[in-house]
Amino acid sequence: MTPLLDIRDLRLSFKLWSGPVDVLHGISLTIARGERVALVGESGSGKSVTARLILGLIQDLPGARVSGSLQFDGQDLTRLPPKARHALRGTAMSMIFQDPTSSLNPVLPIARQFREVLARATPGISRDEAHTRAAAALHEVAITESDRVLNSYPFQLSGGMNQRVMIAMALANRPKLLVADEPGTALDVTVQAQTLALMHDLVTDHGTAVLFISHNLGVVREFADRTYVIYRGRIVETGPTAAVFADPRHAYTRALMAAQPRLTSAGLPDIPERDPAFNDPMEVHP
Amino acid sequence: MKRAALILAANPLTLLGVVLVALVVLAALLADLIAPFPDHRGAVVDFVNFNKPPGGAFIMGTDVVGRDLFSRILYAYRISLLMAVVVLAIAVPIGVTLGLMAGYLGGRWEYGLMRLTDIFLAIPPLVLALSILGVMKPTLLNGMIAVTAMWWPWYTRLVYNITRGEKAEGYVLAAEVTGASRIHIMFREILPNCIPAIVTKMTLDAGFVILIASSLSFLGLGVQAPTPDLGSMVAEGARYLPDQWWLSVFPGLAILIAVFGFNLIGDGLRDILGGDR
Repeated sequence: MTPLLDIRDLRLSFKLWSGPVDVLHGISLTIARGERVALVGESGSGKSVTARLILGLIQDLPGARVSGSLQFDGQDLTRLPPKARHALRGTAMSMIFQDPTSSLNPVLPIARQFREVLARATPGISRDEAHTRAAAALHEVAITESDRVLNSYPFQLSGGMNQRVMIAMALANRPKLLVADEPGTALDVTVQAQTLALMHDLVTDHGTAVLFISHNLGVVREFADRTYVIYRGRIVETGPTAAVFADPRHAYTRALMAAQPRLTSAGLPDIPERDPAFNDPMEVHP
Repeated sequence: MKRAALILAANPLTLLGVVLVALVVLAALLADLIAPFPDHRGAVVDFVNFNKPPGGAFIMGTDVVGRDLFSRILYAYRISLLMAVVVLAIAVPIGVTLGLMAGYLGGRWEYGLMRLTDIFLAIPPLVLALSILGVMKPTLLNGMIAVTAMWWPWYTRLVYNITRGEKAEGYVLAAEVTGASRIHIMFREILPNCIPAIVTKMTLDAGFVILIASSLSFLGLGVQAPTPDLGSMVAEGARYLPDQWWLSVFPGLAILIAVFGFNLIGDGLRDILGGDR
């Protein structure tokens, strides 16, 4: 069976006045239907750019040069006309962000924002039907008092509540792929763990594939089936999550693991900004 | 409603503004009922009662052809308020739309629209309006066009600045990711966040439009006789100062009350809505 998302040798550079800046140096990544895949790396390694390429937010920027292939559900996203790419957004694929509260419009009630999301898949959906479906979607993320939440503005709800609303919205149209860009990093740890557990159960139930972008190794270990480690626009190591964590082979992966804060350790080790060993060829676990 | 009443009670100056504006609006709407001499708004001549000082049947006196000043001021408020409403009703949608486009679309749109705005803002407003009226006939309609032409750039700039800030907010990216169209994001996501600032500015501007419109008719470019207009009444009366002081003082006070009222409301709204832009 063909994978849902198949990225081959994806390169991205931005043409600036000072010359081209390479951002991605040929990354390859696949996600099967219903599979949870993590993309791990430090800030500036190209994680979020990859996510935005998948959602088609970068291709139209002036100066962006994209090459390689990006197959989603049998369509090549690098060659798809903007209109067709646009049609996939919010229906076949959706995304959730770091900070749930700022991802919701502060001056509109949740109900209206929910209806707009539902209207992407069901144009002209009635207010009542939208309300019913939104309430059902909120019920899935363990929000029982859906009427109160739907009539609230984002600032009247807690961060964890907003995060669950975001998850409900992102999954409301039953997307095939959910891109989660460091979800809940802005929340406190217990709430983050709760919502991630919730999201884990939901995507398993719906068979939604997830690209989980994070720098938090503990979370990745819990959540993902497979893991890709990215460093400076290159994938340096990949394999089943358990294998990568049990036996990190690439120098950069090892450095990343060592940088995990531990209760008993004596502070964090120094990771060099660059190290010749970090440019070693990719390690693939079977 | 109850909340609005509480807010007003805590802001006596705003309350004063609301009262003043309410008086002005009522005076304009009910001019036919209140005015002691409704026909004096037109070309009426009554040489028996010309140049009467305030008192008796004419509480603000009469003008040089014997028309009741109070009646004429009531009808002049109609023109002033009509001017404010029409100018803002045209200038605000144009200015806001262009501001949203410049701020959200960016690139060439931003460059083109904001430079155009800069050009309009670089010309002193009264000079711009005067030159437009110099080319066209001075009528009420052309006066409105002239004032509208100088008014929209302020809204473009206001909304542009807010949009630039809102564009970086997560909800705009979230809407883009959901597949919302650019029109949807501009008008249904970003615009609601601009409303407090726009409403505040509109209230402040209602007074300034009246002031500018009066300045234009003071200079003889605007509403033409015999239609009563506060600006031309002040200009007319200024010729007879200081002997027939009431001819210019009462229309002048009328302008002051309207502008002061709108300004007090605008200031109050700025405090209440929290937009200090």
